[in-house]
Amino acid sequence: MGDCQDSGQKRWDHLRKVLERPGPFCHPDFEPSSDILDFIMTACKVLVVGAGGLGCEVLKNLVLMGFKQIHIIDMDTVELSNLNRQFLFRRKDIGCSKAEVAADFINKRVSGCHVTPHFRMIQDYDDLFYREFHIVVCGLDSIVARRWVNGMLVSLLNYEDGVLDQTSVIPMVDGGTEGFKGNARVILPGMSACVECTLDLYPPQITYPLCTIANTPRLPEHCIEYVKVVQWPKENPFRTLLDGDEPQHVSWIYEKSLERAAQFNIPGVTYRLVQGVVKNIIPAVASTNAVIAGICATEVFKIATSCCVPLNNYLVFNDVDGIYTYTYEAEKKENCLVCSLIPQTITVKDPTKMKLKEIYTLLTDSAQYRMKRPGLTTNINGKSKTLYLTALRCLEEKTRPNLSKTLEELGLSDGSEILVVDDTSPNTMIIRLKYLSGDVEMN
Amino acid sequence: MASPAPKSPEQSEKSKKYDRQLRLWGDHGQMLLENAKVCLINATALGTEILKSLVLPGIGAFTIVDGEKVSEEDIGSNFFLDSDSVGMSRAQVTTNSLLELNLDVRGDCIDETPEHVLSHTQNFFNNFDLVIGTALPEKVLILLSKHLWEANVPLIVCRSIGFLGYIRLQVKEHTVIEAHPDSENPDLRLTNPWPELKEHLDKVDISKLDSKERSHVPALNILYYFIKKFQEENDGAQPVSRNDKNRIREMIKNSVEYDENGIQILEENFEEAIHFVNTCLSSQTIPKQLKTLLEDDACTNLTQNSSPFWIMCAALREMIQSDETIPVKGSIPDMASDSESYIALQQIYHRKALAQAENVYRRACQIVRNLGLPQDTVSEQEVKLFCKHSSELHIMRGSCIADEYEKNSPDLSSYLEDPDSLMFYYVILRGLERFIGEFNTYPGQFDDQVEPDVLKLKIIIGKLLSEWGCTQVLRDERVHEVCRYGGAELHSISAILGGAAAHEAIKLITHQYKPLNNTFIYDAITSNSATYTL
Repeated sequence: MGDCQDSGQKRWDHLRKVLERPGPFCHPDFEPSSDILDFIMTACKVLVVGAGGLGCEVLKNLVLMGFKQIHIIDMDTVELSNLNRQFLFRRKDIGCSKAEVAADFINKRVSGCHVTPHFRMIQDYDDLFYREFHIVVCGLDSIVARRWVNGMLVSLLNYEDGVLDQTSVIPMVDGGTEGFKGNARVILPGMSACVECTLDLYPPQITYPLCTIANTPRLPEHCIEYVKVVQWPKENPFRTLLDGDEPQHVSWIYEKSLERAAQFNIPGVTYRLVQGVVKNIIPAVASTNAVIAGICATEVFKIATSCCVPLNNYLVFNDVDGIYTYTYEAEKKENCLVCSLIPQTITVKDPTKMKLKEIYTLLTDSAQYRMKRPGLTTNINGKSKTLYLTALRCLEEKTRPNLSKTLEELGLSDGSEILVVDDTSPNTMIIRLKYLSGDVEMN
Repeated sequence: MASPAPKSPEQSEKSKKYDRQLRLWGDHGQMLLENAKVCLINATALGTEILKSLVLPGIGAFTIVDGEKVSEEDIGSNFFLDSDSVGMSRAQVTTNSLLELNLDVRGDCIDETPEHVLSHTQNFFNNFDLVIGTALPEKVLILLSKHLWEANVPLIVCRSIGFLGYIRLQVKEHTVIEAHPDSENPDLRLTNPWPELKEHLDKVDISKLDSKERSHVPALNILYYFIKKFQEENDGAQPVSRNDKNRIREMIKNSVEYDENGIQILEENFEEAIHFVNTCLSSQTIPKQLKTLLEDDACTNLTQNSSPFWIMCAALREMIQSDETIPVKGSIPDMASDSESYIALQQIYHRKALAQAENVYRRACQIVRNLGLPQDTVSEQEVKLFCKHSSELHIMRGSCIADEYEKNSPDLSSYLEDPDSLMFYYVILRGLERFIGEFNTYPGQFDDQVEPDVLKLKIIIGKLLSEWGCTQVLRDERVHEVCRYGGAELHSISAILGGAAAHEAIKLITHQYKPLNNTFIYDAITSNSATYTL
């Protein structure tokens, strides 16, 4: 049966009622018609990023909201601990690609839909791939990946004389959960707040100062962290990097942590806690994922059909105490690193004293940038010059001495542009140095 | 080098599979879940979405009661059906697909309408720990609500229509020991320390420490020292007011000397001591919420039918009456310190908590004996947990849905003053139920009936409002919007409500986290929600 006829089937009567009838709360542009269902079934291409707890749910929701041209991308394979919520996977699927199993299951269960899986990393594809989609939905547990997708969609925008070409905007719907809390948001790249505009919403990862874990441990976490970052590299018990999914590795950490805890009389080291600290486990449950994925899919449906005004633009959910939601408009940051057209500048007080290391630390530690391990290059007199590269170990070692050189020693001057690449973005970012005039004294 | 023979505990399959949720409700919560039996009435898209989020985390068993045959519309909205299932028993097909989700869960179904079951199998629903109903006709809802209220079985009622959702909990009495509040103040008792703690804290004189000792002394010692100083200044008075607290902060700050450059650098532990002033100097009286609980009839008049919760409350009451203090939590927040001082403090609090819990347990055992109940009615483990959380104990007493429909007209006037209130949707949904009862169809179900149905529904709602003594007028557009839906069930809306309702079910079963009290309205048009106690 062809797709056009498919939209006429009785099974889609639910959708037809809201798409073929006028309503008082529809988007002003909404014109009820059977063409809308045809559009979402045959033409509208949606990309689901992540096939985990949220991704599985989003995929199911989208196909039952009439979407058929769906792609899903995830580089992960199914694990036992996924099965308490990632409902498209069974025990027999452990070790298989999440994206492939999920697509296969959905295509079998819901006749007529075409879900295309990609067992790949998001970085494996370039703008040509991402440009194909009308809407992108993210269900990720990684902030870095979220920032990368956001950066990609912003880079697809076209500006003519500084005016945004609206046809180049690909809306991004993003969901996140942790325990019984979650959030969902709609991003219109270039038009509303993007992931980078609101970077401060993500809490920084908990880290324990080395001096505490080495000298004055008080909590079981301090003991585990010490074994993980000090004892493991030193003793290298399995002659390999620590793998949180390897039971032998976790057991080793557990036993050594117990020993260390006993030495300081610290109670509370359990196997579960050790796993949690080693793998940085975020608690997760089916119900919260269902809620957030439902909200995300509803927003995709609203954007694609105009049958309601989409969420503007951020929703938080919490059902620890009753059921609570709160909706507000996150604000676009005027000088956002990613989505504003304003060049980034770093102010330099004294180029004869400021070292490259300070710029590097600013990029990694300041709330504004929070980069992972940026690589820095520049152009001097038309020639490319490497400042500091992190991608390969040999390059890192070779360029490391530059970190302790001053900007002057490196030949940088007022107005110099530093080109920054980082895991958090698919694009090279440009940061301009701005020297304060000479008569400003450092105190 | 070979590693020593592993001493790690063998992780069971279950604890691996459920790892991510065990971190939220623990093994004891999981056990309650795995022993629970729930019944779902009507396997609509919403119904199966709720069950899905209960089957995945491992509910013990479910039963679906549904007399419908699978329709084509069902296939378009319900994930647990496929195109081959048209015409088959909806209860049967959805039961089979749901069971595929988790081999540890048992499930069965009754291919009959709830009316039929209610009238033919006396007490059928009494066998469940929880009953969940979706798309219930008003008549059945009222019968079921009365029946379960009498039988003391909790009921969750949900509805998903177009972009609107409704969840209502009916539970006679629900008690929570572990509410897991998002933030809680440390329980330190510094203004009123028990002898062991006092003796320990008195040993440290902050003014006599050398600079190395100063940098390692825990914030608790610092704060305690300056509370004492404050009391010396004020004839032994406790610091209570904001001014008192500011004075203590000032004293802590002033105790830090200036370095050779004239700069005063507060070390981390002194910063923490200043920070703790706000959260740790709360008055030591019994929290109001706990007081109410301990004066409750259920606590003061125990019977053989009293639950362990109330027996523990009574024991706690006795203990508080004799000791004039509530049990300490027994844990302290992390703070900059050398390991030894911190652990010493931690142990003092822990020991006190254990001793108090033992005291309460002894009393509880005596009460159990006096009531003639079996010795294992209350376990020591339970009492420890109970004491640890005594300041956050929670009780919820609900209302019967049937009363809301038949006896007490809800007092909605105050809500309806606000024209944007989501309470209007509650009113409309009540009208919708009555419409279905009268005309045996959803308003707007047929394309050519939308306009006439708007008029009919408005009349019904007008009648309801005047029955309830409300003078407010409903905006026509909201009635129109609901008629536009024509009974459509949108899958993604059911998914949202399904997740939320399932978690309420888990709260009721595990007695952890505070449940909804008692009515939730979700408006997906604006992505807003509201909770009302009816």
